[in-house]
Amino acid sequence: MAKSTKLTEAQACIEANRNPVAKILGLDYKVIDEISEDSSVLSILDKITKDDDPASETKMKIAMLLKQLDLHLLNHTLKHISLEIRLNPGTFKNDIELLKRFSGKGKQTVLEFIDYTSDYEFSNGCRAPPWRQLRGEICYVLVKPHDAEILCVTCSKGGVFLNGGKTDDEEEVNYERTGEIYKDLVTLLREKSAIFSENMSKQGFLHVRSCHLCTEKVRVSEGQQKEKDQPDETPRKTEDATLHKASTASHRSALESSRINLGKKQMTKRLEPSLNWKTTVDAKGKRSSVRDTQGGKHEGRLEKPRPSILPGIAQFRKSVQKVEDIISDSTSESEEDEEPSERRKEANADLPSEYWQIQKLVKYLKRGNQTATVIALCSMKDFKLAQETCQLAIRNVGGLEVLINLLETDEVKCQIGSLQILKEISHNPQIRRNIVELGGLPVMVNILDSPFKCLKCLAAETIANVAKFRRARRAVRRHGGITKLVALLDHEQNSTEPTYSSLYETKDVEVARCGALALWSCSKSNGNKEAIRKTGGIHLLAQLLKTSHENMLIPVVGTLQECASEENCRAAIKAERIIENLVKNLNSENEQLQEHCAMAIYQCAEDEETRHLMRRHGGLKPLASLLNETDNKERLAAVTGAIWKCSISKENATKFRKYKAIETLVGLLTDQPEEVLVNVVGALGECCQEQENRVIIRKCGGIQPLVKLLVGTNQALLVNVTKAVGACAVEPESMMIIDSLDAVRLLWSLLKSPHPEVKASAAWALCPCIQNAKDAGEMVRSFIGGLELVVSLLKSDNKEVLASVCAAITNIAKDQENLAIITDYGVVPLLSKIANTTDDKLRQHLAEAISRCCMWGRNREAFGEHRAVGLLVRYLKSNDANVHRATAQALYQLSEDADNCITMHENGAVKLLLDMIGSSDHDLQEAAAGCISNIRRLALAIDKARYPYNSNRHYKLPSITQHRTCHSHAQEP
Amino acid sequence: MEQRVLKKLVKSISSMVKSFKKSEIECLIRIFHSLVKRADVRLDNTGLDRNAFQAILHSVFGMTDDMLMNRVFFAFDKDNDNYINVKEWVKGLSVFLRGTFEEKLKFCFEVYCLNGDGYISREKIFDMLKNGLHQQSPEEATDERIKELVDIALNKMDYDNDGKISFSDFEKAVKEDRLLLEVFGPCFPEAKNCLDFEALAF
Repeated sequence: MAKSTKLTEAQACIEANRNPVAKILGLDYKVIDEISEDSSVLSILDKITKDDDPASETKMKIAMLLKQLDLHLLNHTLKHISLEIRLNPGTFKNDIELLKRFSGKGKQTVLEFIDYTSDYEFSNGCRAPPWRQLRGEICYVLVKPHDAEILCVTCSKGGVFLNGGKTDDEEEVNYERTGEIYKDLVTLLREKSAIFSENMSKQGFLHVRSCHLCTEKVRVSEGQQKEKDQPDETPRKTEDATLHKASTASHRSALESSRINLGKKQMTKRLEPSLNWKTTVDAKGKRSSVRDTQGGKHEGRLEKPRPSILPGIAQFRKSVQKVEDIISDSTSESEEDEEPSERRKEANADLPSEYWQIQKLVKYLKRGNQTATVIALCSMKDFKLAQETCQLAIRNVGGLEVLINLLETDEVKCQIGSLQILKEISHNPQIRRNIVELGGLPVMVNILDSPFKCLKCLAAETIANVAKFRRARRAVRRHGGITKLVALLDHEQNSTEPTYSSLYETKDVEVARCGALALWSCSKSNGNKEAIRKTGGIHLLAQLLKTSHENMLIPVVGTLQECASEENCRAAIKAERIIENLVKNLNSENEQLQEHCAMAIYQCAEDEETRHLMRRHGGLKPLASLLNETDNKERLAAVTGAIWKCSISKENATKFRKYKAIETLVGLLTDQPEEVLVNVVGALGECCQEQENRVIIRKCGGIQPLVKLLVGTNQALLVNVTKAVGACAVEPESMMIIDSLDAVRLLWSLLKSPHPEVKASAAWALCPCIQNAKDAGEMVRSFIGGLELVVSLLKSDNKEVLASVCAAITNIAKDQENLAIITDYGVVPLLSKIANTTDDKLRQHLAEAISRCCMWGRNREAFGEHRAVGLLVRYLKSNDANVHRATAQALYQLSEDADNCITMHENGAVKLLLDMIGSSDHDLQEAAAGCISNIRRLALAIDKARYPYNSNRHYKLPSITQHRTCHSHAQEP
Repeated sequence: MEQRVLKKLVKSISSMVKSFKKSEIECLIRIFHSLVKRADVRLDNTGLDRNAFQAILHSVFGMTDDMLMNRVFFAFDKDNDNYINVKEWVKGLSVFLRGTFEEKLKFCFEVYCLNGDGYISREKIFDMLKNGLHQQSPEEATDERIKELVDIALNKMDYDNDGKISFSDFEKAVKEDRLLLEVFGPCFPEAKNCLDFEALAF
């Protein structure tokens, strides 16, 4: 009985923990290995000594079995690891020591002698001088086989090779490599000496050696660990710790993906799963923080969905790419350079057979004539160039330089072959960088002028791959690439150009497609967008948009979408009547095309006229119907983005209601990735400007999910959510729901957000809430520290925050008690302090806040004392009618105080106010008249009293008669 | 040459070679005759001998490889009389200037095949590639390298693994990758030279 339950327990244990070794390996497995072994043995021993009953005996048996399994798995994994790792001082030392033991005179030995050139060993186990260690060289060995001359061998991390030998003066080693690279010392010696090879097999040396490796497993893995951390191996490490983190994170996950690519056994994949997940998460976190610090831009740009949507391996790939892009866009050159150099060493860890074959082919490329070169190129194309192993192999044997050199020759066939290879391997981010570093881009840009169309195509396609990071895109522009690429788009023009007919010909349409593909990559840089527009690219893209080849349309629309982030380009897009065709392609079958069309619309619909065009061309309906297909998140994000921007126009929002899009949008408020949510909420916020839409949202239960989103952290999302909640709060019925969900408190706490835009948006949203809530005054007071927080926000230097907070204060101050509290917190001096602004929006809300705050105690006098009145008078000279009204009302309130009247008069308020009386705005009229009448009443009183009002000022107030001729009077003082 | 004879010749050739217009054929015939005279060939032999033809390939079409030009001569010389007559001249040029992919494919195979046994053998490939590497290391090592290159080429093109390349092997390989058309050396003039020649001739 006991046994069977124990068995099931053990089984459950193993099932829950299928991969014990991997888990152990994720940590510092050396330590764990020892501890777990010891402790388990100890505990078993303990139990044995304590009692002898049969239950514990079976328990012990199971424990032993488990331990055995553990050890077995561990050994197995470590064997794999020891094959995987690159060479290090430890392995060489072992090899050499071992070989020494089998060396000496006589026929049975494998070698005559083997020894180091230098007796001094550095602390890291290397014997090479430090400047050579930088190149990964570890030590130099003199070997005398029985049947050959003395060999001088360099042992380096990348492998073992013959060097130039000791120089005559017996001091220095000639470090230059003279032979091929072998994977280890034994392999090299087998090649060089037949007797060695023969005796080796007799000695069963390999067996000894592999045992040796096994016993050394812990040490080796430790060495591997150490190498990762050794500072002298990566001398160019940047000081910036966070940047470093990102780079290693990407490096590791890239490594992981490369392993997966290699198609290695499961074992390899399992090596460090837990660690890798962590690092990808780190990288992601880093990415979002980078994005956050970049701030500001998020509203205009729709970000690609996070990889979290995609499962498994794809995620690794994507996150690697993303991190790379971020790095390329936000870090220094040194950071960019570091990564490849680290990678190079890693790649040497295990040299696959392809490596040697590719090395051979590159030799033919270097030394062969045109014919040999073409054969080598064709043969190289047969390798799996999509695999990272091959890509890196080509680079590491110096193939990139040769391929780029070939582009500069006149040999068309060599150029074609070389480009065909470059096109494939440039999918690898490392290779892209290397191509740019080797000056490949200017050469390819030149080829764009070639009379051979297929060369143009290949060059454009390769540029499209390479120009995935900023420095590359800039290089393309600097070398005139944009102009040439735009010229490729003009396929009607192209067909009239003289071209050489040849066997490798392609169609003009294909040339245009490749051009568009390259422009798509390039158009991710702002400078290039402008260059595309200036060279007439938008016009040509518009022409191509009329075609119906899907594989042509995607890069074309993609380019347009990128360009549309620039104001000038949007104008051009509008002028070229592109919207019409975008709408047409929204109805296409191709999801990617739909996505890019929606993205382009999203960008372009910032412009009001475009929004109307969208409606006129019937683009709203397809958008609304695409909302129902939610599987493709990228497309959904683009579609919701387009709906958001389109719904800024009220007519469009009405249309969307007709198409039942509001209900669908509410349905999308849950279980969607953030980039979709941002747009959905943004769209709802815009649609809420219409009363009927607000009702729909309430009725479909949209308020609850919206309020739930208020607790998120995504800045863009928060800005939109607060806006939408605020818009809903306009409706008293909705406000009741909002209040019951305690959303006002959530909004209020968002005032503490570090992002000014979130702060401002939250403050705006609070205004209708306070207006429409029951017992608003009580509610506001119930937020402990809330009023103090609002007042303190007046110290912000962001105009939008200030304006929104002023508006909030206006609403808060409607409650007398709250007004008293904020007065105590010093709202008057703070408001007065920002009164010298020139921003009309802020002026309006500030004036409103001031006029509200006048209603308490001696706040009127206080505003005068803090010199707000004179500044307010200036607002009357603004061109904004809203500012006029708010200011006149504020001045009317302030004019209840005599001193303020004098200040107003001094600042020439009377004349300005007199003009306002002529306004058609009744509120403005009334306030202006009230203010003037207050001033006049004061003057009248003083006149009557015939009493010098204030001797200090040496100032005589105007009489009524003077007021009648006010126009001339105004300049008097 | 008499007008009538010329007309008749043009007519008979144009029934054979479709890619040229009659006027163009006439031009080519005239060029042929002027070349024959310049090459100072005996009058009773109306043809270009090997040296004269190679000189033309070199000076007019910019081809450089002596061995291959020799082979091109044999590919032109359909009747194997060691002279290229006017018909062979026009027919050959039609492949040079206007050849379709299939025609060029056949032409190349003929050039590489040379002795007409229908196969490109390992030895033939070695001969054609032996000057393929720039001399650096001693003779033996280079030979070794060339052999490896031959292996690479065979590995790529010998689909039926019989150690030699048949026409169907060749056709298959070239259709897969057009770069392999002139795999063992240039058989055609460069596109630019062709255009120049056409501009000059017609």
